[in-house]
Amino acid sequence: MLVYIIRRLIMLIPILFLVSFIAFFVIELPPGDWMTTYVSQLRASGIELSEQEAQRLSELYGFDQPMYARYLKWVQGIVLRGDFGWSFQWGKPVSEVIAERLPVTLAISLMALIFSWLIAIPIGIYSATHQYSFVDYLATFIGFIGLATPGFLLALILAWAVYEFFGFSALGLHSREYLDAPWSVAKVLDMLKHMILPLVIIGMSSAGSIIRVLRANLLDELKKQYVITARCKGMSEIQLLFKYPVRLALNPVFSTIGWLLPAIFAGEVLISIVLSVPSIGPLLLRSTLAQDTYLTGSIVLILSALTIFGTLLSDIYLAWADPRIRYGGLSR
Amino acid sequence: MSTQISKPAEQRLGNDSPPANSTLVDELEDLSIGAIEERLEAVSERFYYASQWQLILWRFQRHRLAVLSLILLVILYLLAAFAEFFSPYLATSRFTGLQMAPPTRIHIFHEGKLHRPFIYAPQRSLDPETFRYIFVEDTSTPYPILFFTQGEEYKLWGLWSANLRLFGTGPDAPPIMLFGSDPLGRDIFSRTIYGARISLTIGLLGVAISFVIGVIIGGISGYFGGTIDEVIQRLIDVIISIPLIPFWMALSAALPRNWTTVQTFFAITLILAAVNWTGLARVVRGKLLALREEDYALAAQVAGASKPRIIFRHLLPGFTSHLIVSITLSIPVAILGETALSFLGLGIQAPAVSWGVLLQDAQDLMVVAQQPWRLIPAIFVIGAVLLFNFVGDGLRDAADPYST
Amino acid sequence: MQTTKNVLVEIEDLKVEFRLHEGTVHALEGVSLRIPQGRTLGVIGESGSGKSVTAQAIMGIIPSPPGKIVQGRVRLYLPENGSERVVDVTELPPNGAEIRQIRGKEISMIFQEPMTSFSPVHTIGDQIMEAIRIHYPEVSKKEARERTIEMMRRVGIPRPEQRVDAYPFQFSGGMRQRAMIAMALICHPRLVIADEPTTALDVTIEAQILELLQDLQKEFGMSIMYISHDLTVVGGIADEVVVMYLGLVMEQAATDELFDNPLHPYTQALWRSIPTIDGELERLSPIRGALPSPFAVHKGCPFYSRCEKRIPGVCEVSRPPMIEVRPNHWVRCFLYSE
Repeated sequence: MLVYIIRRLIMLIPILFLVSFIAFFVIELPPGDWMTTYVSQLRASGIELSEQEAQRLSELYGFDQPMYARYLKWVQGIVLRGDFGWSFQWGKPVSEVIAERLPVTLAISLMALIFSWLIAIPIGIYSATHQYSFVDYLATFIGFIGLATPGFLLALILAWAVYEFFGFSALGLHSREYLDAPWSVAKVLDMLKHMILPLVIIGMSSAGSIIRVLRANLLDELKKQYVITARCKGMSEIQLLFKYPVRLALNPVFSTIGWLLPAIFAGEVLISIVLSVPSIGPLLLRSTLAQDTYLTGSIVLILSALTIFGTLLSDIYLAWADPRIRYGGLSR
Repeated sequence: MSTQISKPAEQRLGNDSPPANSTLVDELEDLSIGAIEERLEAVSERFYYASQWQLILWRFQRHRLAVLSLILLVILYLLAAFAEFFSPYLATSRFTGLQMAPPTRIHIFHEGKLHRPFIYAPQRSLDPETFRYIFVEDTSTPYPILFFTQGEEYKLWGLWSANLRLFGTGPDAPPIMLFGSDPLGRDIFSRTIYGARISLTIGLLGVAISFVIGVIIGGISGYFGGTIDEVIQRLIDVIISIPLIPFWMALSAALPRNWTTVQTFFAITLILAAVNWTGLARVVRGKLLALREEDYALAAQVAGASKPRIIFRHLLPGFTSHLIVSITLSIPVAILGETALSFLGLGIQAPAVSWGVLLQDAQDLMVVAQQPWRLIPAIFVIGAVLLFNFVGDGLRDAADPYST
Repeated sequence: MQTTKNVLVEIEDLKVEFRLHEGTVHALEGVSLRIPQGRTLGVIGESGSGKSVTAQAIMGIIPSPPGKIVQGRVRLYLPENGSERVVDVTELPPNGAEIRQIRGKEISMIFQEPMTSFSPVHTIGDQIMEAIRIHYPEVSKKEARERTIEMMRRVGIPRPEQRVDAYPFQFSGGMRQRAMIAMALICHPRLVIADEPTTALDVTIEAQILELLQDLQKEFGMSIMYISHDLTVVGGIADEVVVMYLGLVMEQAATDELFDNPLHPYTQALWRSIPTIDGELERLSPIRGALPSPFAVHKGCPFYSRCEKRIPGVCEVSRPPMIEVRPNHWVRCFLYSE
């Protein structure tokens, strides 16, 4: 087991390098860079800037070097000093800008993940054990709607509905009166209230897919011979259900966390933009538009790294839960 | 009479030639045993020897929802293909004085008398209390809705000039705007139909590209195996682990702002395909690896078939149906992706119309509250995605050789 | 007190249907049979003959829907405190407490696939002792574990103290089937239904398992219902044999009697299709024709379409009754009616 974890951790290193390269490369794709934009902005606003000065600025920020050199420098900074580079747009180190907002993103994403499990697992089990019942059809229907409705649209409509029917503005993370107030119980409560809507929207869209996976798996497991074996021992149906098929059907649900996390992060980004939650989402949108290379690259890198890490955790769980993997009896 | 086939089974077996079968039971009485056996075998043979595609078709037809969805999808694509004919106005035509008008109401009673379907002219006035425009119908003159009428001049597919429109109100009448209008006074119904063109083709085209990439890379992975396979799998792992929307955002921010609509369109399609192919590659590889171990692959090898022949003649047909399912299910992902990107302002740019662009117009909470009709294009997005999913699910059930 | 009839299970005119999308399968069309106490009843039949459905009916585990018992009785005669309790399984709610008290405790089952019959993520020991934990909650966990190890030793699993914590995938096929037998016997049931328990095993292991079953029967005195399509296996283990075809019992007799004097054309055809060691060399002849469609409805004898001795105008018109041609030798065929 320990060997397995260590092996997986070592495999993580090349993957992270690859991700960082893709992240950097993608951001470097656009013709022109932040500096050219900045210089032309300065000129447009009437500031006299000689070619020499522009050149000096370029060198200062390292724009005169070729791409691979800047990539290496960036990665070196991350690995050696935890330095993600400089955000031109904010005039601060990238790590500072991200540190302000990452906790919100993480909190919302994790809570959304747990929320989606909490609603999807009972519904999925009920749907599979009561196939073709009203609840099954309803769950399937809601799952499909969740799948088909763009999250931002749901956010827009729900934000309006909450405002219209409860008179509560769900935008942002704090009500206006708490915006600059020092931290207090009331402020935290107010923040939690603001987090409900993004949570529900992100959670709902992933809950739909979890219900589908769980229902299909459980239906498969229920047909297996070992269920009949257990029934022949005189076990009650509910005891049997939870001891055998549910346990086996849940494994793939937890192991698909690797696909779920990217979707949840993506949903968080999009929905935070719509609901103007001060998380990574709006930050990313602005930095992509401004070609703030290191900020954008770092955000994509961090979100991807978190996903990879989440996948690793779910794989370790799976190895723990399934003796066939734990004892290496079955290769994946 | 000794043996007869019970009713539902008989109907199923007789799927392709009902008349011959309906007489079967009556004839049986006079026939000798041997003939009965032959007949029975003939019936079962027709069932057992139906081709794989025949079986898939039969099973697919049982899914009424999937069949209905397929029909609706075809209609949707026809609407998009002949957008100029089905929409009463150009996507860019503005009606001054009719900005942000609610959907036009269609009447059939004028002054208490039955009348052919018609509309009244809308009159705009400013609400003195809320300072919002309100529209009141001027009920003095009915303007009938004309079918197959002459409308604004257009060029079908940019090739042929024409002005025939499915419906309209004629040149001097007020416009009919089934889904209302936007702040520039453009007809949202027409824009939705025009928008379908980009939104629906981006799905098809994006998936076509990812299909090619996916089959090639998945094929290489499954064909060579070993180190190459390992490297490709890790690469796919990495791409899958990158959250889609941020990745797409970063990619599309890379597009120069001065590109033409067509250039942007293809670029966005490529961006959507850049991630989508991984799923297909995995399906191809997984199936190739699994089927490679099957006895019939070994049998072909023993019989001296070359490796490409084994892959294309023996293995590929074994999972074409799975590929079709994967394709069907990844089209809606691309459609949703385009919508999300355009909604953020990173996708298709404004003069061009797509469903995402239309929804970007309606971003504001005020819009949801005051002009909810501007969200109608969303119904088309949801509808198209649902339809593809229903068809895909139906196909999956039908393509599974072990389902009943 | 000795029960008068010495019968443990009595099935009477059992009809079971499966209503599927494609049509209705008449799995059992009026099966009657008895399982004597402490003895072995062999059930022979091709796939689709209804032998497994009969077993499921005794356990009360016919999957419903689509399965449905349309008619008939499945009576269990369970000795209890010196008297006898009669239970009709068809009348009990499918997963109610009463039938669950019988499953695993009075009747247990051994399945064909030892691989899939165990949950892959629970230990063998856990799955064997489960029946004790269900039916004897007063037995401590430690005691249940000891009994499990003892039973595993009894069925011939080496090093049971260690193997009790192993997972099914760590067992070989033969060992897994032994574990399955241990699981079935852990509560000392009155009846063990073995549904083709050796089909998935090698011939040498098959012989070991059969021997084990016979030894265990001598030791524990339970009845065995042994279901198989393999005539030689059934001939070796059963005291009495029932031959089934398309949901009907065609012939029933003591094993020796049936092997010496097969009466039904179907039984005779079956006998001709297996090779013998001591007999003279003959060409093996397969039964001609194919098994009719499972959806077919038979008014007369279901074997009519493949029978070599059929009497047109008689056999396909009405269903032949069971006739006692020789003492305790019953056959369902018009050839033997007057």
